Formats: sequence, C-alpha cells, structure tokens
Amino acid sequence: MAIEIAQLRKSFGRNEVLKGIDIAVEDGELIALLGPSGSGKTTLLRIIAGLDWPDSGRLDVDGADWLAIAARDRRIGFVFQHYALFPHMTVRDNIAFGLMVRPKAERPGKAVIARKVMELLQFLQIPHLADRLPGQLSGGQRQRVALGRALAIEPRVLLLDEPFGALDAAVRRDLRSWLRSVHDESGSTTIFVTHDQDEAFELADRVVIMGEGRIEQIGTADQIHDHPASPFVARFMGATIELPVQISAGRAVAAGVDTSRIERRALADGPATLFIRPADLTPVPDAAGLWRVKQVTSTGAVLRPVLTGPEGQEFAVEILRRAAPGLEAGARVTLRVETGTIFTETPPGQRGQVGQSAELKDIPLKEKQK
Amino acid sequence: MTVALARIRPKRVLPGFALSLGTTLLYVSVIILIPIIALMISGAGIGWDRFVRIVTSTRTLDALRVTVTAAAIATVINAFYGLLMAWVLTRYEFRGRALLDAMMDIPFALPTAVAGLALTSLFASTGWFGGPLEAAGIQVVYALPGIIIAMTFTSVPFVVRAVQPVLEDLDPALEEAAKTLGATPWQTFSKVILPAILPAWLGGCTVSMARSMGEFGAVVFIAGNLPGKTEIASLLAFIRLQEYDYRGASVIALILLVFALLLLLVSNLFQIRAARYREGGK
Repeated sequence: MAIEIAQLRKSFGRNEVLKGIDIAVEDGELIALLGPSGSGKTTLLRIIAGLDWPDSGRLDVDGADWLAIAARDRRIGFVFQHYALFPHMTVRDNIAFGLMVRPKAERPGKAVIARKVMELLQFLQIPHLADRLPGQLSGGQRQRVALGRALAIEPRVLLLDEPFGALDAAVRRDLRSWLRSVHDESGSTTIFVTHDQDEAFELADRVVIMGEGRIEQIGTADQIHDHPASPFVARFMGATIELPVQISAGRAVAAGVDTSRIERRALADGPATLFIRPADLTPVPDAAGLWRVKQVTSTGAVLRPVLTGPEGQEFAVEILRRAAPGLEAGARVTLRVETGTIFTETPPGQRGQVGQSAELKDIPLKEKQK
Repeated sequence: MTVALARIRPKRVLPGFALSLGTTLLYVSVIILIPIIALMISGAGIGWDRFVRIVTSTRTLDALRVTVTAAAIATVINAFYGLLMAWVLTRYEFRGRALLDAMMDIPFALPTAVAGLALTSLFASTGWFGGPLEAAGIQVVYALPGIIIAMTFTSVPFVVRAVQPVLEDLDPALEEAAKTLGATPWQTFSKVILPAILPAWLGGCTVSMARSMGEFGAVVFIAGNLPGKTEIASLLAFIRLQEYDYRGASVIALILLVFALLLLLVSNLFQIRAARYREGGK
C-alpha cells in the first residue's frame, strides 16, 4: 500500500503538534519515524491509523482518501507501545480477536480461525504460550503476541508505536532483526515510531526525522549521517560541537582551527556555524596553538580531552589514544576538523544552497537516550 | 554486626505488629463478631421446631418475599444506572463533574430516615411526583414501588464506587486496539470493556443487594408497612422485638444475616476473579 500524506496539520488545543507534514511511502517500504519526544511522531502514526484526525491535510492510501474511512475499516495492524493486550483473554483469543469480530458473512469458520492462529503462533515462535493470559507473559512475549494479533487480520499497513521501548537491551536487539523478517515475509507497508537512532537506522529502509511537528529530513542512514539537512538533524545525529566560523571564499575560517579538510562550498561570505561530532575534531599538538587542553580522561582505548578556546569555549572531543601521543593537560593545540556541516544563519523561509539551513530558533535539545 | 543491622531496620508507622493486630482483632470482635455470634446462639437456641414454625409462618414468608423482591428489582435498576453513572464520571470531562462525583456519596452520608421522609413527601399523593403518578394510576407510596425507590436510593453508590476505579484504570489503548482490529463499538464494549469491569460490577451489585435487603430507615417511612403486603423483614424483626418476642426477632434477623453473608461471599468471589487478570500488571 502506497501512502501519501500532504500538508497534514494537527493541534491539541493551542499546541500545534503537526505543522504541515508531507511524506510519500512506497508499497512494501519499512519506514522509521525518528525524533525526540514531543516531535509529533506518535500523533502522525495515530492519524494514519485513524485513532486521531488531522485538522487539515490529506491522507491517501493507494488513491483512496483514508480520512473518509473509520479506523476499523482501514484494515491496519497497530501495535501499541504497551501492547494493549486484552487482559481477560488467552494469547490464542487475543490473536483471534480481529477475525472473530468480523461480520458473519466475512468471518472465517472456527476451524479456519484456529488454524490461522496456530500458524501465527508458530511464526512468532510462541505456540507453547497459546493458553496463557497476558498477565503471565514477559515483555518480549507480550510484544510478539501484540504483533501476532495485529498480523492476524492481514493488515495492508502495519503501524508500530515504540515497538521496543519497554524492553531491555538484549530482547530489543533480538526482536529488531525478527521484526525485519516479519516485515519482509508479510509484504506489508510498515511504519514504526522510535526515539532510538540505532533502531531506526538498522531496521528501516528510510528514516523520517521529525522535530517539533515538522519533518526535518527523510533519507537513508548514510545520507542523514553525512548530510544533515538542518542544525536540528546535525545535533540529533550527534554533532554536539558548534563552532562559530566566518565564511570567506567558500571556506569556513576560525581562529586556531584548521578547516582545510572541509570541502569548499558555494556559500556567501558571512558568519556561519560549523557542526562537528566529537570524534571528528582532532587536537594537534602545536606550541603556537590557540587552544589548550584543560584535562584528559581515558577509557583505555579512547581519550576524552576537554579543550578550552581563545574565546572561552569549552568542550570535550574523542580521539583514539594511540593516535594522540603527548596529549596532556596544559598542552597547546590546534584543532583539525575532519568533517563537519556548515549552516549559515539565513532568515526563516529563505532556504539557501547545499547544506544550508534556516531557522535556528526554537530548536529543541537532543533527547537523552534512555 | 548483626545486632547493629537489626537496630537500623526501618521502623513501621504503627507501633508493634502484635499491638496493632491485637487492637484490630479486639475491635472486630466487640463490634462485629460477638454480636453476630450472640444473634446466632439466640436464634438457634429456640429449637428446630419453633425455628421452622417462625420461618414458615405466612407473615415471615411474606415479609421475606417483599424484601427479596424489592431488593432484587432495586439491584437490577442500580446495576444499570450505577454502571451508567460510573461511565459518565470516568469517561467524560464536563463542568460540574467533581460536584456530581461528590453527590454520589450523599446516600452514604445522609441519615436513611431523612431519605425516607424526603422520598415519602415527594411521592405522596400531595407530592411533586406522587400527584401526577397517582393520576396516571401508579401507586408508589405504601406499595412495592416505594420500597424499591427507597432501596435504590440508599444502595446505588455501592455499584458506582465499585465500577468507577476499574473503569478509570482501564487502558484506553484497549479500546483503540479493538477498534483497529475491526470491532464495532458494541463489540468493543461487550468483548473488551465489559469482561474487564464485570467482576467489579457484579461485586458492587451484590453489596448493593445486601444493603437493600437490610435497609430499614428509608423504607419504613415510604412502605406503609402493611403485614403481608409492604412489610419488610427487618421491620418485622423490629416489631417482634417491640412485642418482647426476642427469639422471634432473632430468627428473622438470623435469616437476613445468612442472606447478607452469602451475598458478601459472592462479592468476594468476584473480587478474587478480578484480581486474577490484574496479576502481572498491564
């Protein structure tokens, strides 16, 4: 099922949660909606499911207007963050629910339903849990049952809200690759919401990065990593160091910083900000350097020098210990930027050339990873 | 070292387990257990023959029939309206919700005699409701409907307060899950919501029934108390007591007690059933 979303807006009271969303999802694609909490990703998912309605905009699935169709007629599989299994029903009855509630004319026979449920239980690798109640299952098992219940109605679109959010790390990794195989075998179009970058990039064909009710960037892991489309995405992707620079003849210039490894860009002269990941900034010992090593901590393999700059800046970088002999507290250094992204401060609404982005106001801080 | 550890063990709020449990048991005994046992001894002490004679006398049987019939009908009404009220209080946000919520407790707090008087004056032939009803040929005061109304009034909060917390705890995602799986609103209610609240609801209904059967104050004002027609069991026990027939009163009270205990047992069975689903959390 190809999903087309255009100019979708939604407010709760005065709070505008979605500020004009446009996405086109292809049939059979696996899409991740990635963003900090409050970015509107769950609301978007719920609108696709028919659990919330937008204030304006379009939602078309294979050409049909889904905003005119009730949730129960959309035939979607929705997996809730906390699974929402029916507590008084056995695993078997939970999975069969979507088939049992069909109108008599469309409902398969009892034997057919029983066989179908058994197939699903085997596919989910939990046939031994068939007669348990949800209260007797572990988190990972509940997750499988919730997915089984959603898959039983052979959904055309599978939607998952933070599918692994409530599980511990080992179970997460396990279920991740398993979800990928479920998606590939069922052939459905799948969209899942997450705030975990690893999860999004490892699992999805394309990742949609959302911030404050807007789509910041859509792309593959490599595209988003190498070419963040906005300061928000750069920060979200781990570029926590922001150096103020001057653009001069397409080069970023800053005192005591060697930017020769950054490609020239067709940018107008003027002030700009260089976004760098801590691992992409190398302190090079230099007696005439303007930067100073304040202190160094080591994790064995990696050194974390804290650097102070000529204008009172202070931040930590990461460098392999064997690549940085002689880096000690008090040493003078020059900073070499291995790679980074430049954003100029253009007024809102005037998006510039490559790698340039507007709107530095109101950008939330990166959400802490749990 | 062990001694030191034992000393820093956190203190509980109440002093000493033995002391607090002892006080509780003493209290329960004096207030609840001993009177009940005394009643049982006194009721059973009259011998089987007299016991059976009192129970099977027309007046006793009539009183029990009136009581059970009225209480049963009142419970059915309460089951329906109590569920509705709990639903309204938990599912909707509206002005005055907190006030309505507080009003649910009025029957708990109001002296039942006051309730009886108020209902009687409303439904008497000169009252606001009684006049039109009588004109339509419906007799409320001094008839079974009056008893039912009085019982309904005093026992409806039991249903509301039993269902309300369970409805509040019910994860809204359950209903959404049912919706996405294709269930109609009625299927969502009957297959998902109702089973979840059923034990609490039935439990509330049983306590409400027990309360209705024992209701005295509110009923005697409105019932008219005609032996064989509108005389309830607890009133008959009271009348026997006034006739210095202490044993006769005990026998009737004992029957009411057995009914009440049975209903409490049923209510507790429902609660145990409800706890089974909750085990392990959501």
